[in-house]
Amino acid sequence: MADCSQAGSGRHSMDKSITLPPDEIFRNLENAKRFAIDIGGSLTKLAYYSTVQHKVAKVRSFDHTAKEVDGDPLYEISVQEEITARLHFIKFENAYIETCLDFIKDHLVNTETKVIKATGGGAYKFKELIEKKLRLKVDKEDEMSCLIKGCNFVLKNIPHEAFVYAKHADSEFRFQNTHPDIFPYLLINIGSGVSIVKVESEDKFERIGGSSIGGGTFWGLGALLTKTKRFDELLQLASRGQHTSVDMLVKDIYGGAYGSLGLTGDLIASSFGKSATTDKEFSKEDMAKSLLHMISNDIGQLACLYARLHSLTRVYFGGFFIRGHPVTMHTITYSINFFTKGEVQALFLRHEGYLGAIGAFLKGAEEDNPNQYSWGENYAGSSGLMSVSPDLNPMQRVRSGTFDMLEMDRLERQLVNLPLLQDPSSYIPDTVDLTEDALARQYWLYCFEEALDGVVNRAVASQPDLPQAVERAEKFRQKYLHKLQTLRHQPFAYGSLTVRSLLDTREHCLNEFNFPDPYSKIKQKENDLALRYFQKVVRSLEKLTWEQRQFALVKGLLAGNVFDWGAKAVSDVLESNPEFGFEEAKHQLQERPWLVDCYDQWIARLKGPPHKCALFFVDNSGIDIILGVFPFVRELLCRGTEVVLASNSGPALNDVTNSELQILTERIAAMDSVIQAAIKEDRLTLVQSGSSSPCLDLSRLDKALAVVVRERHTDLVVIEGMGRAIHTNYYAALSCESLKLAVIKNSWLAERLGGKIFSVVFKYEIPPQSPGLRR
Amino acid sequence: MELNGYHSEDEGGTETDDGETRLRTPGKGRAGDPRIGGGTEEAAAFPREQGEPSERRARHTADSPRKSRPPFPWFGMDIGGTLVKLVYFEPKDITAEEEQEEVENLKSIRKYLTSNVAYGSTGIRDVHLELKDLTLCGRTGNLHFIRFPTQDLPAFLQMGRDKHFSSLHTTLCATGGGAYKFEADFRMMADLQLLKLDELDCLIRGVLYIDSVNSSGPSECYYFENPMDPVHCIVKPYKLENPYPLLLVNIGSGVSILAVYSKDNFKRVTGTSLGGGTFLGLCCLLTGCSTFEEALEMASLGESTRVDKLVRDIYGGDYERFGLPGWAVASSFGNMMCKEKRESVSKEDLARATLITITNNIGSITRMCALNENIERVVFVGNFLRVNTLSMKLLAYAMEYWSKGQLKALFLQHEGYFGAVGALLELLNPS
Repeated sequence: MADCSQAGSGRHSMDKSITLPPDEIFRNLENAKRFAIDIGGSLTKLAYYSTVQHKVAKVRSFDHTAKEVDGDPLYEISVQEEITARLHFIKFENAYIETCLDFIKDHLVNTETKVIKATGGGAYKFKELIEKKLRLKVDKEDEMSCLIKGCNFVLKNIPHEAFVYAKHADSEFRFQNTHPDIFPYLLINIGSGVSIVKVESEDKFERIGGSSIGGGTFWGLGALLTKTKRFDELLQLASRGQHTSVDMLVKDIYGGAYGSLGLTGDLIASSFGKSATTDKEFSKEDMAKSLLHMISNDIGQLACLYARLHSLTRVYFGGFFIRGHPVTMHTITYSINFFTKGEVQALFLRHEGYLGAIGAFLKGAEEDNPNQYSWGENYAGSSGLMSVSPDLNPMQRVRSGTFDMLEMDRLERQLVNLPLLQDPSSYIPDTVDLTEDALARQYWLYCFEEALDGVVNRAVASQPDLPQAVERAEKFRQKYLHKLQTLRHQPFAYGSLTVRSLLDTREHCLNEFNFPDPYSKIKQKENDLALRYFQKVVRSLEKLTWEQRQFALVKGLLAGNVFDWGAKAVSDVLESNPEFGFEEAKHQLQERPWLVDCYDQWIARLKGPPHKCALFFVDNSGIDIILGVFPFVRELLCRGTEVVLASNSGPALNDVTNSELQILTERIAAMDSVIQAAIKEDRLTLVQSGSSSPCLDLSRLDKALAVVVRERHTDLVVIEGMGRAIHTNYYAALSCESLKLAVIKNSWLAERLGGKIFSVVFKYEIPPQSPGLRR
Repeated sequence: MELNGYHSEDEGGTETDDGETRLRTPGKGRAGDPRIGGGTEEAAAFPREQGEPSERRARHTADSPRKSRPPFPWFGMDIGGTLVKLVYFEPKDITAEEEQEEVENLKSIRKYLTSNVAYGSTGIRDVHLELKDLTLCGRTGNLHFIRFPTQDLPAFLQMGRDKHFSSLHTTLCATGGGAYKFEADFRMMADLQLLKLDELDCLIRGVLYIDSVNSSGPSECYYFENPMDPVHCIVKPYKLENPYPLLLVNIGSGVSILAVYSKDNFKRVTGTSLGGGTFLGLCCLLTGCSTFEEALEMASLGESTRVDKLVRDIYGGDYERFGLPGWAVASSFGNMMCKEKRESVSKEDLARATLITITNNIGSITRMCALNENIERVVFVGNFLRVNTLSMKLLAYAMEYWSKGQLKALFLQHEGYFGAVGALLELLNPS
């Protein structure tokens, strides 16, 4: 429902100046097409589709049929320009509309755009202004359908979109794991009134009810009672008040609890009941608080009644009454808990304010089929969720006069769940939630800041011939440093803070400044070097007895994994001593028994029938993949197990990418008949994971991978490396056998797990009811 | 024992069998009640007659194996958050002999209660609700309905103390939260021991009893036909013969919603704190009024559409996509977000909007409960509905409109007194 914009908070300050340089706000405007705008009571949300040109690293194999010269690199690396699609969403106060429209007009190059989709109560009011300024035709879209479309979009594409609010917990926000199927759900939109919408599928939703007691009631009635005009001020009054002086509680009637009904004495029996029976004056704060409780409880109660009637358990709340206000999120949460006795949780959305704009945009962009793609939040370009407790956060920007941004990148492929997850709805990729674990948070934020110099140097070194590498690297440093600082104060800014999100944010920031693959040359060199030892390693393995060989293979896998530029302890050694070799790495490894040691079970299993198909998520380039993984894979193939090698789609640190792995595999096949035969017979397959992260989210994998996994009846999953098997997926429960192995190359983490640096985790798991168990 | 009016164990034995909640013999209600307007001075209502402690003990031994009728006076009391509801049974079949034996205390209480329609400045007897020629426990008489604000309870207790009410050794059956909250006050101030009863038990017992007993005169249960039509709206009697399952919505200061499946099988489905107390409380704050009647009077004169934002205020008409009519309220008090509109509304408008807001909200919660519990009959009771035709019609309309005719809103003549009646029944026929 529309807001009463006259009383909105934007009106009283008609400040036309923009506090940030507009080109940092309306980014990529020159390529922008398809605009949408959502004008609410006080905030405007602008959406546009744009393309970003950025550099990507490509590898290309040389023609090796020609004579091979020793010292020639294995493949060629080139940096190419690539164009990707990006969605921009900007939120600002209505007071800035005119300035913003002017800026857009001046920078809009694309002339194909003729229409701007508009929604929200203010769309009518500003129609003329928009049409005049932008010379675009305003095309009005229904508010509710935009809202739902936007809601579906963020729920599907942003993993930590929804959260539970807990006022007194260590972290106010508990982010929810998005259920693979987001439908059905209930959306309670609390604008001036309340709309209760049941959403059953992408295109099917129904307004099943509503209430006239909503945000407008709080605002209107609150203004009458307290003579306070602004909504925010009313909320502030409420947060300081005591409702018990105005409300009649159960104990005011009973003298205590109404025990037989389980109604506690503090329960409100009659809102404003005391003002009916006593003549005294009530404070503004107390009345505002009482009003807030009355309205929140009422909405919560209706929400529960509707949820029960339609058997829905996922209930999202939005609208200006909620929008990031801790006071209302708390009272609504309380009410829902009370009425459902905890059966239903009140869920809120990180990008709730953008839903209308996203929906309106999507309506205008249907010919681009945005829903056929997967999208990912760009951590470099998005502002993130602001802290709601300003006193706790000195970094907080004041509410007014600021711009908030959300950017989403179109991913090259659709991402889906790994079909082998035991329970996709309860799968949480990350092992430690740094939002909740303050100690770990402090450590990792420090650790990433410490490592920043090295990353900057690496970035500069990776582009000796490209212009402004030093300047760009410096910009990268500033940006990432700022992100780290922000996260220190508001760890929940991009959903749950995890080692993975810290790593991903770094990758996004590097890409932002055109450092697509700082490790490309290192990877190239290491791959080259390692290939030379491949045959030697294989030969020495073949000399061993079966038992010895199995152990050597596992040890090789682990030793290979020591070569990791992502771990600071290792990158220091690697950088100072390039001769640090494979054999040396084996000596560094912890002796058995390992920190986590399921080796005996694994060997026992290997004595049984071979696996049908193994899915192997690989980690680093060089020694890891060539001398560690391939011999291991080779052994599996010899046992009669098919192997699917899953590698990153895009670069991340020194992780081997799918295109690199293709070249490497070809080269190895040329040297090794087992590998060659396996490729020919389609028993060894390479797939891309769909990820460009050093970590692994098994709920967002390339659709093609999922197909292969299903077709081949995969019954073993091997996950290798700290990023994929420790920081993420350590607790992931799979429906088939799994092997998670890593060397802990970080002393803090090792200590936390109860070990020392270079401790070994070798975790072999058999799910309950697995055929493997009934051998 | 002789001090306790008409009670005697022998007599009780013979009367017990037919003493059960027997239907009132369809006697003729006396037209033109002579007692209206008649009054004796309040101060003399309870003469100072002494009762000895020994007699009190004797009274308690009256629990014989055989059921017995309790001594007069017969009261049932419901002490709510805002109002105290009192029902009093006045025996009309007193023989000359009995009259002679009747103690002065008892006589003066009877006289005081039955010859006045107002007590002090705030106590009121709802004469129009009086049930005449009722047979209760083998005695015939009239049932009186009296109310006064809960905040005046101390004065009531003081009077009870002054008049030595405790000397009558009657059991005072009381329900409502106040029975618990003020139990000590009753003991300390008036030397009275309360028999505390659950309010929901009493409520349901009271409703079922009154409906069964009030068969002559205007039907106890009724509904509105064409509730929003000023010309064609009519009140129609409704027979609550086989009422189960039934949703019972009790609107007092707050609201309780009960699902009743049989005489003694019911549950409290939910409740809301937005009730009569909220209406009056907000009206007091917004308009400076101080009584329910004043607030209602203002509401009857106001125009809520100046205060509320309607669907048509936003969409210019119906919001067809969602089947919302233009006249529906989109945001209660929504227009009050604007300063200019705040300055242009009257107190009457605000009172009206408050009434509509609270009433509609009760309506929609009730409707959702009815759907969840799969019940089609809804009975609204409670003092919020007293002289509040506006709310009743609105509830009647809302139930029917939003349920597309599936739900029927029923009302009862004795709106707020069922808890007190239930308490009285408990005195006469302990369950």
